[in-house]
Amino acid sequence: MKVILRNPRREVEVAGRRRVRELLKELDILPETVLVIRGDEMITGDTVVGDEDVIELRPVISGGRV
Amino acid sequence: MKCRKCGGTAVLELRRHNAAFCRPDFIDFFRNQVAEAIRRHRMFTREEAVLVAVSGGKDSLALWDVLLQEGYSTTGLYLDLGIFDYSKESKARCEGFAAKHGARLLIVPVEQELGAAIPEVQSATRRPTCSACGLSKRYLMNRAALEHGFPVVATGHNLDDEAATLFGSILHWQTEPLARQSPALPSTHAKLVRRVKPLYRLSERETAAYAFLRRIDYIVDECPFAKGATSLMHKEILNRLEDVSPGAKHNFFFGFLEKGRPAFERLADVVLNECARCGQVTTGTLCGFCKLADQVKRAR
Ligand code: SF4
Ligand SMILES: [Zn+2]
Ligand SMILES: [Zn+2]
Repeated sequence: MKVILRNPRREVEVAGRRRVRELLKELDILPETVLVIRGDEMITGDTVVGDEDVIELRPVISGGRV
Repeated sequence: MKCRKCGGTAVLELRRHNAAFCRPDFIDFFRNQVAEAIRRHRMFTREEAVLVAVSGGKDSLALWDVLLQEGYSTTGLYLDLGIFDYSKESKARCEGFAAKHGARLLIVPVEQELGAAIPEVQSATRRPTCSACGLSKRYLMNRAALEHGFPVVATGHNLDDEAATLFGSILHWQTEPLARQSPALPSTHAKLVRRVKPLYRLSERETAAYAFLRRIDYIVDECPFAKGATSLMHKEILNRLEDVSPGAKHNFFFGFLEKGRPAFERLADVVLNECARCGQVTTGTLCGFCKLADQVKRAR
């Protein structure tokens, strides 16, 4: 599957099926710091994702604000 | 995972609440948390005009969206910091949002008020960019509210922001910030407007989810100066704690509000004056913003 990361924007290929929870662990990303987006939907940690999927891990932590 | 309310497919799990929600039920949950914040701290009424400080990011636009949905009378305030493409894009997001909702947006160019855009301030004054920026934002928000007759300014600070700020203050035992940090700061002087943070009960991930689910077009990219900020490091430390102990951030901040802050408040005793130059409130003779503007002028 294709995984899209941001700040800076980059893409990584990950092979095989697994739960979102495990994918985050492998990429060393804390679940609390991203939204997991597939297509135009958000998915939870127990969702199984596979080779055909494009997953965006959108960071939610920001430093700049008013 | 199933929605706690309706049993439908969940889009977000909230471990600290031991719950998961579908889209409509999460949006409901989010609005209820904002309503609870406003009620608990008597932030504002439906009769009051609220100035909402917006940056183009997820938090402030999510806040503005909820307040509009709830029927509050709001106006947006965008402070144009002059930070290259970041400011251009974030301003466009605010203008787009305002246009879509038929809401009023005030725009204040910081450069006009300060004599320099934010990226130029550090070399002119040797003051760190974010510190000059934060000072300017607080000052200009208050002044804009006074000039346009708003009794209250609402900002998009979320639970992660508040927990990280608290963490930073405690690391240095800064007693004054500890006495002041609150979801609602009352007006303690005729020239200080009330400041409120209606998102303080919601985590950063929850505000991002709300913005995403409401299809709000917000700027995902960061301000270039945020990179390496200590507040980001504090957020990461807290999120590591949260990961092994869901609810850690909530307990840290809410425990402070209940048990910590009252003790620090008793220690605080500041005298407020009016700035000799601009008339805004300060603890000295000249306010921080006028001092900063002087430094900018001298460097020119
Ligand atoms: S990161 Fe720093 S310079 Fe950028 S908006 Fe925040 S305070 Fe201002
Ligand atoms: Zn539901
Ligand atoms: Zn002044």
